[in-house]
Amino acid sequence: MYEIRIHGRGGQGAVLAGGILAAALVNEGKFVVAVPSFGFERRGAPVASFLRMDTREIRQMTNIYRPDCVLCIDPTVGRAVNVFDGIRDNGTWIQTTARPIGELQVPDKVAAVGLCDAVSIALEIFKRPITNTLMLGAFAKTTGLVSLDSLRAAVEDSDFRDAGLKQNLLALERGYNETTVHRIEKREAA
Amino acid sequence: MSAVLKPKPKAIVCDGNEAAAWAVTLARVDMVAVYPITPQSSLVEYLAKFVADGKLNAEIVDVEGEHSVLSVLHGGVLAGARAYTGTCGPGLAFMFEPYLRTPGLRMPMVMSIVTRDTLTPQSVWGGHQDAMSVREVGWIQMYCETVQEVLDTTILAYKVAEHRDVMLPVNVCHDGNYLSYGAARVELPTQEEVDAFLPPPSTNWHAALDPSRPMAIDPLTGGAGGPGPSLFVRYRKGQCAGMQNALAAIEAAHEDWARIVGRRHAPLVESYRMDDAEVALVTLGSMTGAAKDAVDEARDRGQRVGLVKVKTYRPFPVQAIARALTGVKAVGVVDRSVSFGWNCGPLYQDVIGALQFAAQRPAAMSFIGGLAGADITTDHFGRAIERVQALAKDGQVGETVWLNEKD
Repeated sequence: MYEIRIHGRGGQGAVLAGGILAAALVNEGKFVVAVPSFGFERRGAPVASFLRMDTREIRQMTNIYRPDCVLCIDPTVGRAVNVFDGIRDNGTWIQTTARPIGELQVPDKVAAVGLCDAVSIALEIFKRPITNTLMLGAFAKTTGLVSLDSLRAAVEDSDFRDAGLKQNLLALERGYNETTVHRIEKREAA
Repeated sequence: MSAVLKPKPKAIVCDGNEAAAWAVTLARVDMVAVYPITPQSSLVEYLAKFVADGKLNAEIVDVEGEHSVLSVLHGGVLAGARAYTGTCGPGLAFMFEPYLRTPGLRMPMVMSIVTRDTLTPQSVWGGHQDAMSVREVGWIQMYCETVQEVLDTTILAYKVAEHRDVMLPVNVCHDGNYLSYGAARVELPTQEEVDAFLPPPSTNWHAALDPSRPMAIDPLTGGAGGPGPSLFVRYRKGQCAGMQNALAAIEAAHEDWARIVGRRHAPLVESYRMDDAEVALVTLGSMTGAAKDAVDEARDRGQRVGLVKVKTYRPFPVQAIARALTGVKAVGVVDRSVSFGWNCGPLYQDVIGALQFAAQRPAAMSFIGGLAGADITTDHFGRAIERVQALAKDGQVGETVWLNEKD
Protein backbone atom coordinates (compact mmCIF):
# COMPACT_ATOMS: atom_id res chain seq x y z
CA MET A 1 0.00 0.00 0.00
CA TYR A 2 1.19 3.49 -0.89
CA GLU A 3 -0.21 6.47 1.02
CA ILE A 4 -0.34 10.02 -0.30
CA ARG A 5 -1.32 13.14 1.64
CA ILE A 6 -2.25 16.18 -0.44
CA HIS A 7 -1.90 19.57 1.24
CA GLY A 8 -3.43 22.72 -0.14
CA ARG A 9 -5.68 25.58 0.74
CA GLY A 10 -9.46 25.77 0.49
CA GLY A 11 -10.48 26.58 -3.08
CA GLN A 12 -7.36 25.23 -4.83
CA GLY A 13 -8.90 21.88 -5.64
CA ALA A 14 -6.94 19.49 -3.41
CA VAL A 15 -10.00 17.26 -3.11
CA LEU A 16 -10.64 17.33 -6.86
CA ALA A 17 -6.97 16.50 -7.46
CA GLY A 18 -7.39 13.45 -5.22
CA GLY A 19 -10.45 12.39 -7.21
CA ILE A 20 -8.72 12.75 -10.59
CA LEU A 21 -5.65 10.87 -9.39
CA ALA A 22 -7.90 8.13 -8.00
CA ALA A 23 -9.72 7.79 -11.32
CA ALA A 24 -6.42 7.62 -13.22
CA LEU A 25 -5.09 4.90 -10.93
CA VAL A 26 -8.30 2.86 -11.20
CA ASN A 27 -8.00 3.09 -14.99
CA GLU A 28 -4.61 1.45 -14.57
CA GLY A 29 -6.22 -1.39 -12.60
CA LYS A 30 -5.17 -0.22 -9.14
CA PHE A 31 -7.32 -0.16 -6.04
CA VAL A 32 -7.74 3.29 -4.57
CA VAL A 33 -9.42 4.95 -1.62
CA ALA A 34 -9.53 8.76 -1.44
CA VAL A 35 -10.76 10.41 1.74
CA PRO A 36 -10.88 14.19 1.88
CA SER A 37 -10.45 15.97 5.18
CA PHE A 38 -13.68 17.71 5.66
CA GLY A 39 -15.04 20.70 7.33
CA PHE A 40 -16.19 24.14 6.60
CA GLU A 41 -12.85 25.61 5.67
CA ARG A 42 -13.09 29.00 4.12
CA ARG A 43 -11.21 29.76 0.92
CA GLY A 44 -7.52 29.95 1.78
CA ALA A 45 -7.54 27.83 4.94
CA PRO A 46 -5.16 24.83 4.97
CA VAL A 47 -6.87 21.61 3.82
CA ALA A 48 -5.67 18.06 3.30
CA SER A 49 -6.88 15.10 1.32
CA PHE A 50 -5.77 11.49 1.66
CA LEU A 51 -5.26 8.82 -0.99
CA ARG A 52 -4.26 5.18 -0.64
CA MET A 53 -3.33 2.95 -3.57
CA ASP A 54 -2.64 -0.75 -3.73
CA THR A 55 -2.76 -3.72 -6.07
CA ARG A 56 -5.39 -5.30 -3.83
CA GLU A 57 -8.56 -4.12 -2.17
CA ILE A 58 -8.11 -1.41 0.46
CA ARG A 59 -10.31 -1.64 3.53
CA GLN A 60 -9.27 1.33 5.69
CA MET A 61 -11.55 4.34 5.24
CA THR A 62 -9.48 6.54 7.52
CA ASN A 63 -7.23 9.57 7.31
CA ILE A 64 -3.50 9.13 6.63
CA TYR A 65 -0.98 9.69 9.41
CA ARG A 66 2.16 8.01 7.97
CA PRO A 67 2.30 9.06 4.31
CA ASP A 68 4.80 7.71 1.79
CA CYS A 69 4.34 10.87 -0.22
CA VAL A 70 3.40 14.45 0.61
CA LEU A 71 2.04 16.49 -2.28
CA CYS A 72 1.82 20.24 -1.57
CA ILE A 73 -0.17 22.16 -4.16
CA ASP A 74 0.27 25.47 -2.32
CA PRO A 75 3.62 27.26 -1.89
CA THR A 76 3.05 28.44 1.68
CA VAL A 77 0.81 25.83 3.31
CA GLY A 78 3.96 24.37 4.90
CA ARG A 79 4.20 27.48 7.08
CA ALA A 80 0.72 26.86 8.50
CA VAL A 81 0.88 23.09 9.08
CA ASN A 82 3.69 20.56 9.42
CA VAL A 83 3.24 18.86 6.06
CA PHE A 84 5.94 16.30 6.95
CA ASP A 85 4.14 15.05 10.05
CA GLY A 86 4.52 11.27 10.20
CA ILE A 87 6.21 10.94 6.78
CA ARG A 88 7.82 7.54 6.29
CA ASP A 89 11.54 6.86 5.72
CA ASN A 90 12.54 7.29 2.07
CA GLY A 91 9.51 9.49 1.64
CA THR A 92 8.69 11.65 -1.35
CA TRP A 93 7.96 15.37 -1.20
CA ILE A 94 6.40 17.16 -4.13
CA GLN A 95 6.16 20.91 -3.76
CA THR A 96 5.00 23.87 -5.76
CA THR A 97 7.69 26.50 -5.34
CA ALA A 98 9.71 29.01 -7.35
CA ARG A 99 12.77 28.28 -5.25
CA PRO A 100 15.60 25.90 -6.22
CA ILE A 101 16.33 22.75 -4.22
CA GLY A 102 19.36 24.33 -2.54
CA GLU A 103 17.22 26.91 -0.80
CA LEU A 104 14.81 24.36 0.70
CA GLN A 105 15.04 22.53 4.02
CA VAL A 106 14.57 18.89 3.10
CA PRO A 107 13.75 16.69 6.12
CA ASP A 108 16.02 13.68 6.71
CA LYS A 109 13.26 11.21 5.97
CA VAL A 110 12.70 12.55 2.46
CA ALA A 111 14.58 10.70 -0.28
CA ALA A 112 13.01 12.22 -3.39
CA VAL A 113 11.86 15.77 -4.08
CA GLY A 114 9.84 16.99 -7.04
CA LEU A 115 9.70 20.76 -7.54
CA CYS A 116 7.43 22.67 -9.88
CA ASP A 117 6.78 26.39 -10.09
CA ALA A 118 3.11 25.64 -10.49
CA VAL A 119 1.85 29.03 -9.33
CA SER A 120 3.72 30.89 -12.10
CA ILE A 121 2.61 28.37 -14.73
CA ALA A 122 -0.99 28.52 -13.48
CA LEU A 123 -0.98 32.31 -13.74
CA GLU A 124 0.06 31.93 -17.38
CA ILE A 125 -2.56 29.27 -18.18
CA PHE A 126 -5.54 30.17 -15.99
CA LYS A 127 -4.65 33.76 -14.99
CA ARG A 128 -5.30 32.43 -11.47
CA PRO A 129 -3.13 30.35 -9.09
CA ILE A 130 -4.99 27.04 -9.59
CA THR A 131 -2.28 24.45 -9.15
CA ASN A 132 -4.08 21.12 -8.70
CA THR A 133 -3.82 19.58 -12.19
CA LEU A 134 -0.31 21.01 -12.61
CA MET A 135 0.77 19.22 -9.45
CA LEU A 136 -0.75 15.95 -10.62
CA GLY A 137 1.67 16.21 -13.55
CA ALA A 138 4.42 16.86 -11.01
CA PHE A 139 3.33 13.75 -9.07
CA ALA A 140 3.47 11.56 -12.20
CA LYS A 141 6.93 12.89 -13.11
CA THR A 142 8.37 12.51 -9.59
CA THR A 143 6.97 9.11 -8.61
CA GLY A 144 6.24 7.33 -11.90
CA LEU A 145 3.30 5.72 -10.07
CA VAL A 146 0.75 6.88 -12.63
CA SER A 147 1.13 7.58 -16.32
CA LEU A 148 0.51 10.96 -17.89
CA ASP A 149 -1.86 9.24 -20.33
CA SER A 150 -4.04 7.92 -17.51
CA LEU A 151 -4.15 11.34 -15.86
CA ARG A 152 -5.07 12.89 -19.21
CA ALA A 153 -7.93 10.40 -19.60
CA ALA A 154 -9.13 11.10 -16.05
CA VAL A 155 -9.12 14.88 -16.64
CA GLU A 156 -11.05 14.36 -19.90
CA ASP A 157 -13.57 12.23 -17.99
CA SER A 158 -14.06 14.86 -15.27
CA ASP A 159 -16.48 17.77 -15.26
CA PHE A 160 -14.06 20.12 -17.07
CA ARG A 161 -15.50 21.33 -20.38
CA ASP A 162 -14.30 23.22 -23.46
CA ALA A 163 -11.75 25.92 -22.64
CA GLY A 164 -11.43 24.73 -19.04
CA LEU A 165 -10.67 21.21 -20.22
CA LYS A 166 -8.01 22.44 -22.66
CA GLN A 167 -6.38 24.57 -19.97
CA ASN A 168 -6.30 21.68 -17.50
CA LEU A 169 -4.84 19.27 -20.06
CA LEU A 170 -2.15 21.85 -20.80
CA ALA A 171 -1.57 22.31 -17.06
CA LEU A 172 -1.11 18.57 -16.62
CA GLU A 173 1.38 18.45 -19.48
CA ARG A 174 3.38 21.46 -18.29
CA GLY A 175 3.32 20.24 -14.69
CA TYR A 176 4.88 17.00 -15.89
CA ASN A 177 7.44 18.58 -18.20
CA GLU A 178 8.49 21.43 -15.91
CA THR A 179 9.04 19.46 -12.71
CA THR A 180 12.61 18.83 -11.59
CA VAL A 181 13.22 15.65 -9.65
CA HIS A 182 15.98 15.45 -7.05
CA ARG A 183 17.19 12.22 -5.39
CA ILE A 184 18.56 12.95 -1.94
CA GLU A 185 21.60 10.91 -0.90
CA LYS A 186 21.28 9.26 2.47
CA ARG A 187 22.86 11.73 4.87
CA GLU A 188 25.11 10.61 7.69
CA ALA A 189 23.76 11.21 11.16
CA ALA A 190 25.43 14.31 12.63
CA MET B 1 -40.41 3.98 -17.61
CA SER B 2 -37.97 5.26 -20.08
CA ALA B 3 -34.87 6.09 -18.05
CA VAL B 4 -31.91 4.99 -20.12
CA LEU B 5 -28.46 4.96 -18.62
CA LYS B 6 -25.54 6.03 -20.70
CA PRO B 7 -23.19 3.06 -20.65
CA LYS B 8 -20.47 3.71 -18.09
CA PRO B 9 -17.29 1.78 -17.56
CA LYS B 10 -17.92 -1.12 -15.23
CA ALA B 11 -15.52 0.23 -12.62
CA ILE B 12 -15.92 3.87 -11.66
CA VAL B 13 -14.48 6.02 -8.89
CA CYS B 14 -17.09 7.69 -6.77
CA ASP B 15 -17.88 8.63 -3.20
CA GLY B 16 -20.70 7.17 -1.12
CA ASN B 17 -23.09 10.00 -1.89
CA GLU B 18 -22.67 9.55 -5.63
CA ALA B 19 -22.93 5.76 -5.18
CA ALA B 20 -26.30 6.19 -3.46
CA ALA B 21 -27.47 8.46 -6.29
CA TRP B 22 -26.44 5.81 -8.85
CA ALA B 23 -28.36 3.20 -6.86
CA VAL B 24 -31.51 5.35 -6.85
CA THR B 25 -31.13 5.80 -10.59
CA LEU B 26 -30.60 2.10 -11.27
CA ALA B 27 -33.59 1.24 -9.03
CA ARG B 28 -35.79 3.36 -11.36
CA VAL B 29 -37.18 5.41 -8.48
CA ASP B 30 -40.29 7.40 -9.46
CA MET B 31 -40.15 10.16 -6.91
CA VAL B 32 -37.49 11.95 -4.93
CA ALA B 33 -38.06 14.73 -2.39
CA VAL B 34 -35.03 16.61 -1.16
CA TYR B 35 -33.77 19.12 1.30
CA PRO B 36 -29.98 19.43 1.43
CA ILE B 37 -28.04 19.07 4.67
CA THR B 38 -24.36 18.35 5.35
CA PRO B 39 -23.03 15.70 4.78
CA GLN B 40 -25.92 14.57 2.58
CA SER B 41 -26.00 17.63 0.28
CA SER B 42 -23.94 16.29 -2.61
CA LEU B 43 -26.16 13.17 -2.72
CA VAL B 44 -29.25 15.18 -3.61
CA GLU B 45 -27.18 17.40 -5.90
CA TYR B 46 -26.17 14.26 -7.83
CA LEU B 47 -29.83 13.21 -7.99
CA ALA B 48 -30.86 16.62 -9.31
CA LYS B 49 -28.09 16.37 -11.91
CA PHE B 50 -29.10 12.84 -12.93
CA VAL B 51 -32.69 14.00 -13.39
CA ALA B 52 -31.56 17.06 -15.37
CA ASP B 53 -29.29 14.87 -17.53
CA GLY B 54 -32.16 12.48 -18.27
CA LYS B 55 -30.47 9.56 -16.54
CA LEU B 56 -33.14 9.36 -13.84
CA ASN B 57 -36.76 9.57 -14.93
CA ALA B 58 -38.13 10.67 -11.57
CA GLU B 59 -40.15 13.54 -10.26
CA ILE B 60 -37.87 15.54 -7.98
CA VAL B 61 -39.61 17.73 -5.42
CA ASP B 62 -37.52 20.50 -3.92
CA VAL B 63 -39.41 21.19 -0.71
CA GLU B 64 -39.01 23.73 2.08
CA GLY B 65 -37.84 21.38 4.84
CA GLU B 66 -37.47 17.76 5.91
CA HIS B 67 -40.94 17.53 7.45
CA SER B 68 -42.30 18.22 3.97
CA VAL B 69 -39.81 15.80 2.39
CA LEU B 70 -41.42 12.79 4.02
CA SER B 71 -44.94 14.17 3.84
CA VAL B 72 -44.62 14.61 0.07
CA LEU B 73 -43.21 11.10 -0.29
CA HIS B 74 -46.12 9.70 1.75
CA GLY B 75 -48.44 11.00 -0.94
CA GLY B 76 -46.27 9.47 -3.63
CA VAL B 77 -46.04 6.06 -1.98
CA LEU B 78 -49.80 6.01 -1.32
CA ALA B 79 -50.26 6.53 -5.04
CA GLY B 80 -47.96 3.62 -5.85
CA ALA B 81 -44.64 5.39 -6.49
CA ARG B 82 -41.20 4.04 -5.63
CA ALA B 83 -39.84 6.85 -3.45
CA TYR B 84 -36.48 7.96 -2.08
CA THR B 85 -34.87 10.60 0.07
CA GLY B 86 -31.83 11.09 2.26
CA THR B 87 -31.11 13.16 5.32
CA CYS B 88 -29.19 13.23 8.60
CA GLY B 89 -28.81 14.84 12.01
CA PRO B 90 -30.95 17.98 12.41
CA GLY B 91 -32.83 17.17 9.19
CA LEU B 92 -33.84 13.80 10.60
CA ALA B 93 -34.95 15.52 13.80
CA PHE B 94 -37.07 17.95 11.82
CA MET B 95 -38.82 15.12 9.91
CA PHE B 96 -39.49 13.09 13.05
CA GLU B 97 -43.30 13.31 13.01
CA PRO B 98 -43.84 11.95 9.47
CA TYR B 99 -40.86 9.64 10.09
CA LEU B 100 -42.89 7.97 12.88
CA ARG B 101 -45.92 7.61 10.61
CA THR B 102 -44.04 5.93 7.73
CA PRO B 103 -43.61 2.41 9.18
CA GLY B 104 -47.02 2.49 10.86
CA LEU B 105 -48.63 3.03 7.47
CA ARG B 106 -46.43 0.23 6.08
CA MET B 107 -44.94 2.46 3.41
CA PRO B 108 -42.11 0.77 1.55
CA MET B 109 -39.64 3.56 0.80
CA VAL B 110 -35.88 3.95 1.13
CA MET B 111 -34.16 6.80 2.93
CA SER B 112 -30.42 7.15 3.28
CA ILE B 113 -29.19 8.42 6.61
CA VAL B 114 -25.80 9.94 5.84
CA THR B 115 -24.98 9.64 9.50
CA ARG B 116 -24.01 12.72 11.46
CA ASP B 117 -23.48 13.31 15.12
CA THR B 118 -26.33 15.11 16.82
CA LEU B 119 -26.51 18.49 18.49
CA THR B 120 -25.17 19.72 20.76
CA PRO B 121 -22.24 20.80 20.88
CA GLN B 122 -22.59 21.99 17.28
CA SER B 123 -21.06 19.53 14.86
CA VAL B 124 -21.45 18.84 11.17
CA TRP B 125 -19.33 15.68 11.13
CA GLY B 126 -20.09 11.99 11.02
CA GLY B 127 -21.24 9.77 13.88
CA HIS B 128 -24.13 7.33 14.30
CA GLN B 129 -26.00 9.30 16.94
CA ASP B 130 -28.75 10.48 14.55
CA ALA B 131 -29.59 7.01 13.23
CA MET B 132 -29.29 5.52 16.72
CA SER B 133 -31.73 8.09 18.09
CA VAL B 134 -34.43 6.62 15.83
CA ARG B 135 -33.55 2.96 16.26
CA GLU B 136 -36.87 2.06 17.93
CA VAL B 137 -39.26 3.79 15.57
CA GLY B 138 -39.92 0.86 13.25
CA TRP B 139 -37.74 1.55 10.23
CA ILE B 140 -35.42 -1.17 9.01
CA GLN B 141 -31.80 0.00 9.32
CA MET B 142 -28.80 -1.38 7.46
CA TYR B 143 -25.29 0.03 7.87
CA CYS B 144 -22.70 0.05 5.07
CA GLU B 145 -18.97 -0.64 5.34
CA THR B 146 -17.76 0.45 1.88
CA VAL B 147 -18.78 2.71 -0.97
CA GLN B 148 -19.62 -0.42 -2.96
CA GLU B 149 -21.88 -1.59 -0.17
CA VAL B 150 -23.67 1.78 -0.21
CA LEU B 151 -24.49 1.32 -3.88
CA ASP B 152 -25.54 -2.31 -3.60
CA THR B 153 -27.50 -1.93 -0.36
CA THR B 154 -29.49 1.09 -1.54
CA ILE B 155 -30.81 -1.01 -4.44
CA LEU B 156 -31.27 -4.10 -2.27
CA ALA B 157 -33.26 -2.04 0.22
CA TYR B 158 -36.14 -1.63 -2.24
CA LYS B 159 -36.48 -5.39 -2.58
CA VAL B 160 -36.66 -5.70 1.19
CA ALA B 161 -39.01 -2.74 1.72
CA GLU B 162 -41.44 -3.87 -0.98
CA HIS B 163 -41.44 -7.56 0.00
CA ARG B 164 -45.08 -8.49 0.59
CA ASP B 165 -44.29 -9.95 4.02
CA VAL B 166 -42.42 -6.79 5.04
CA MET B 167 -43.87 -3.58 3.55
CA LEU B 168 -41.77 -1.29 5.72
CA PRO B 169 -39.43 1.65 5.10
CA VAL B 170 -35.67 1.10 5.09
CA ASN B 171 -32.86 3.39 6.21
CA VAL B 172 -29.59 2.68 4.47
CA CYS B 173 -27.02 4.25 6.80
CA HIS B 174 -23.70 5.37 5.40
CA ASP B 175 -21.18 7.21 7.52
CA GLY B 176 -21.02 10.95 7.08
CA ASN B 177 -17.59 12.08 5.88
CA TYR B 178 -15.77 8.74 5.66
CA LEU B 179 -18.32 7.23 3.25
CA SER B 180 -20.24 10.30 2.09
CA TYR B 181 -17.07 11.94 0.73
CA GLY B 182 -14.69 8.97 0.75
CA ALA B 183 -14.18 7.77 -2.83
CA ALA B 184 -13.24 4.30 -3.99
CA ARG B 185 -13.31 2.04 -6.98
CA VAL B 186 -16.89 0.85 -7.40
CA GLU B 187 -18.38 -1.72 -9.75
CA LEU B 188 -21.51 -0.32 -11.34
CA PRO B 189 -24.11 -3.00 -12.10
CA THR B 190 -25.80 -2.78 -15.48
CA GLN B 191 -29.40 -1.60 -15.79
CA GLU B 192 -30.28 -5.07 -17.11
CA GLU B 193 -28.90 -6.72 -13.97
CA VAL B 194 -30.79 -4.37 -11.68
CA ASP B 195 -34.00 -4.79 -13.70
CA ALA B 196 -33.65 -8.57 -13.37
CA PHE B 197 -33.13 -8.17 -9.62
CA LEU B 198 -35.78 -5.59 -8.80
CA PRO B 199 -39.37 -6.01 -9.98
CA PRO B 200 -41.65 -2.96 -10.54
CA PRO B 201 -42.73 -1.27 -7.29
CA SER B 202 -45.32 -3.11 -5.27
CA THR B 203 -48.10 -1.06 -3.73
CA ASN B 204 -49.54 -1.60 -0.28
CA TRP B 205 -53.21 -1.89 -1.24
CA HIS B 206 -54.13 -1.93 2.41
CA ALA B 207 -53.21 1.75 2.44
CA ALA B 208 -53.25 3.20 -1.04
CA LEU B 209 -55.01 6.05 -2.75
CA ASP B 210 -57.29 4.70 -5.45
CA PRO B 211 -60.14 6.89 -6.75
CA SER B 212 -62.21 3.82 -7.56
CA ARG B 213 -61.95 2.55 -3.97
CA PRO B 214 -62.04 5.61 -1.72
CA MET B 215 -60.87 4.98 1.83
CA ALA B 216 -59.59 6.86 4.86
CA ILE B 217 -55.88 6.53 5.53
CA ASP B 218 -54.60 6.49 9.10
CA PRO B 219 -57.90 6.74 11.02
CA LEU B 220 -58.06 7.29 14.78
CA THR B 221 -57.45 3.96 16.51
CA GLY B 222 -56.98 2.80 20.10
CA GLY B 223 -58.41 3.99 23.37
CA ALA B 224 -59.72 1.80 26.16
CA GLY B 225 -63.09 0.76 24.78
CA GLY B 226 -64.88 -0.67 21.76
CA PRO B 227 -62.78 -2.13 18.95
CA GLY B 228 -59.94 0.33 19.61
CA PRO B 229 -57.55 -1.65 21.78
CA SER B 230 -57.59 -4.87 19.77
CA LEU B 231 -57.36 -2.97 16.50
CA PHE B 232 -54.34 -1.07 17.76
CA VAL B 233 -52.70 -4.31 18.88
CA ARG B 234 -53.30 -5.73 15.40
CA TYR B 235 -51.46 -2.78 13.87
CA ARG B 236 -48.54 -3.08 16.28
CA LYS B 237 -48.28 -6.86 16.07
CA GLY B 238 -48.40 -6.63 12.29
CA GLN B 239 -45.58 -4.10 12.32
CA CYS B 240 -43.47 -6.28 14.62
CA ALA B 241 -44.17 -9.32 12.44
CA GLY B 242 -43.14 -7.34 9.35
CA MET B 243 -39.88 -6.43 11.07
CA GLN B 244 -39.18 -10.06 11.94
CA ASN B 245 -40.08 -11.14 8.40
CA ALA B 246 -37.52 -8.62 7.18
CA LEU B 247 -34.68 -10.82 8.50
CA ALA B 248 -35.48 -13.54 5.95
CA ALA B 249 -36.29 -10.97 3.23
CA ILE B 250 -32.90 -9.30 3.76
CA GLU B 251 -31.12 -12.64 3.47
CA ALA B 252 -33.09 -13.56 0.35
CA ALA B 253 -32.42 -10.17 -1.27
CA HIS B 254 -28.67 -10.49 -0.65
CA GLU B 255 -28.76 -14.00 -2.11
CA ASP B 256 -30.59 -12.78 -5.23
CA TRP B 257 -28.10 -9.93 -5.58
CA ALA B 258 -25.18 -12.36 -5.40
CA ARG B 259 -26.83 -14.61 -8.00
CA ILE B 260 -27.68 -11.86 -10.48
CA VAL B 261 -24.92 -9.28 -10.00
CA GLY B 262 -22.22 -11.61 -8.70
CA ARG B 263 -21.35 -9.70 -5.54
CA ARG B 264 -22.02 -11.13 -2.11
CA HIS B 265 -22.36 -9.09 1.08
CA ALA B 266 -23.20 -10.61 4.46
CA PRO B 267 -26.91 -9.78 4.94
CA LEU B 268 -27.28 -9.70 8.74
CA VAL B 269 -23.85 -10.12 10.34
CA GLU B 270 -20.46 -10.89 8.84
CA SER B 271 -18.04 -13.14 10.72
CA TYR B 272 -14.43 -12.30 9.89
CA ARG B 273 -11.65 -14.71 11.01
CA MET B 274 -13.94 -16.03 13.75
CA ASP B 275 -13.30 -19.77 13.27
CA ASP B 276 -10.97 -20.28 16.24
CA ALA B 277 -11.20 -16.79 17.73
CA GLU B 278 -10.81 -16.33 21.48
CA VAL B 279 -11.72 -12.65 21.43
CA ALA B 280 -13.83 -10.64 19.00
CA LEU B 281 -14.60 -7.07 18.07
CA VAL B 282 -18.13 -6.13 17.01
CA THR B 283 -18.31 -3.22 14.56
CA LEU B 284 -20.83 -1.15 12.62
CA GLY B 285 -20.31 0.84 9.42
CA SER B 286 -17.17 2.19 7.79
CA MET B 287 -14.99 1.62 10.88
CA THR B 288 -15.03 -2.07 9.98
CA GLY B 289 -12.30 -1.85 7.32
CA ALA B 290 -9.66 -0.52 9.70
CA ALA B 291 -10.85 -3.00 12.35
CA LYS B 292 -10.35 -5.92 9.93
CA ASP B 293 -6.81 -4.70 9.23
CA ALA B 294 -6.16 -4.56 12.99
CA VAL B 295 -7.49 -8.12 13.32
CA ASP B 296 -5.10 -9.23 10.55
CA GLU B 297 -2.18 -7.59 12.38
CA ALA B 298 -3.10 -9.43 15.58
CA ARG B 299 -3.46 -12.70 13.65
CA ASP B 300 0.00 -12.12 12.13
CA ARG B 301 1.31 -12.04 15.71
CA GLY B 302 -0.37 -15.41 16.33
CA GLN B 303 -3.28 -14.06 18.36
CA ARG B 304 -6.70 -15.62 17.95
CA VAL B 305 -8.77 -12.53 17.19
CA GLY B 306 -11.87 -12.19 15.03
CA LEU B 307 -14.53 -9.66 14.14
CA VAL B 308 -18.28 -9.60 13.73
CA LYS B 309 -19.70 -6.80 11.61
CA VAL B 310 -23.34 -5.90 12.12
CA LYS B 311 -24.89 -5.04 8.75
CA THR B 312 -28.56 -5.21 9.69
CA TYR B 313 -29.15 -3.30 12.90
CA ARG B 314 -32.96 -3.08 12.84
CA PRO B 315 -34.48 -5.66 13.04
CA PHE B 316 -31.67 -6.76 15.32
CA PRO B 317 -30.40 -10.19 14.19
CA VAL B 318 -30.45 -11.65 17.71
CA GLN B 319 -29.91 -15.29 16.78
CA ALA B 320 -27.22 -14.53 14.18
CA ILE B 321 -25.28 -12.45 16.74
CA ALA B 322 -25.62 -15.13 19.42
CA ARG B 323 -24.38 -17.79 16.97
CA ALA B 324 -21.49 -15.65 15.72
CA LEU B 325 -20.18 -14.87 19.21
CA THR B 326 -20.78 -18.16 21.00
CA GLY B 327 -17.55 -19.77 22.09
CA VAL B 328 -15.35 -16.68 22.30
CA LYS B 329 -14.09 -15.67 25.72
CA ALA B 330 -14.50 -11.92 25.42
CA VAL B 331 -16.14 -9.40 23.11
CA GLY B 332 -15.49 -5.69 22.56
CA VAL B 333 -18.37 -3.80 20.96
CA VAL B 334 -17.34 -0.58 19.23
CA ASP B 335 -20.05 2.06 18.91
CA ARG B 336 -19.91 5.35 17.02
CA SER B 337 -22.59 6.83 19.29
CA VAL B 338 -23.58 6.83 22.93
CA SER B 339 -26.47 5.60 25.02
CA PHE B 340 -27.09 8.44 27.43
CA GLY B 341 -29.28 6.16 29.50
CA TRP B 342 -26.63 3.57 30.24
CA ASN B 343 -23.16 5.17 29.83
CA CYS B 344 -22.16 2.79 27.04
CA GLY B 345 -22.80 2.31 23.33
CA PRO B 346 -26.27 1.32 22.07
CA LEU B 347 -24.96 -1.55 19.94
CA TYR B 348 -23.24 -2.85 23.08
CA GLN B 349 -26.61 -3.01 24.86
CA ASP B 350 -28.13 -4.92 21.95
CA VAL B 351 -25.22 -7.35 21.74
CA ILE B 352 -25.22 -8.24 25.44
CA GLY B 353 -28.97 -8.72 25.16
CA ALA B 354 -28.52 -11.11 22.24
CA LEU B 355 -25.76 -12.97 24.11
CA GLN B 356 -28.46 -14.24 26.49
CA PHE B 357 -29.23 -16.66 23.65
CA ALA B 358 -25.62 -17.77 23.12
CA ALA B 359 -24.77 -21.35 24.08
CA GLN B 360 -21.69 -20.02 25.88
CA ARG B 361 -21.85 -16.41 26.96
CA PRO B 362 -18.64 -14.36 26.68
CA ALA B 363 -17.75 -11.32 28.77
CA ALA B 364 -18.41 -8.12 26.82
CA MET B 365 -17.31 -4.51 27.10
CA SER B 366 -18.19 -1.24 25.42
CA PHE B 367 -15.94 1.02 23.34
CA ILE B 368 -17.06 4.36 21.96
CA GLY B 369 -15.14 6.07 19.16
CA GLY B 370 -15.41 8.11 16.01
CA LEU B 371 -17.83 10.67 17.41
CA ALA B 372 -18.36 13.87 15.41
CA GLY B 373 -15.97 12.96 12.61
CA ALA B 374 -13.16 11.56 14.76
CA ASP B 375 -11.12 8.86 13.09
CA ILE B 376 -10.93 5.27 14.37
CA THR B 377 -7.63 3.92 13.05
CA THR B 378 -5.99 0.50 13.14
CA ASP B 379 -3.99 1.82 16.13
CA HIS B 380 -7.21 2.50 18.05
CA PHE B 381 -8.49 -0.99 17.19
CA GLY B 382 -5.13 -2.50 18.15
CA ARG B 383 -5.47 -1.00 21.62
CA ALA B 384 -9.10 -2.14 21.82
CA ILE B 385 -8.03 -5.71 20.97
CA GLU B 386 -5.43 -5.63 23.78
CA ARG B 387 -8.09 -4.46 26.23
CA VAL B 388 -10.48 -7.25 25.16
CA GLN B 389 -7.68 -9.80 25.49
CA ALA B 390 -7.17 -8.59 29.09
CA LEU B 391 -10.91 -8.99 29.65
CA ALA B 392 -10.69 -12.56 28.37
CA LYS B 393 -8.04 -13.27 31.06
CA ASP B 394 -9.43 -11.47 34.11
CA GLY B 395 -13.15 -11.16 33.35
CA GLN B 396 -13.15 -7.56 34.64
CA VAL B 397 -15.49 -5.64 32.33
CA GLY B 398 -14.73 -2.21 33.75
CA GLU B 399 -15.77 1.18 32.44
CA THR B 400 -16.72 2.09 28.87
CA VAL B 401 -13.55 2.99 26.92
CA TRP B 402 -13.65 6.25 24.88
CA LEU B 403 -11.23 5.56 22.03
CA ASN B 404 -10.55 9.17 21.00
CA GLU B 405 -10.30 10.56 24.53
CA LYS B 406 -6.55 11.11 24.24
CA ASP B 407 -6.20 11.81 20.50
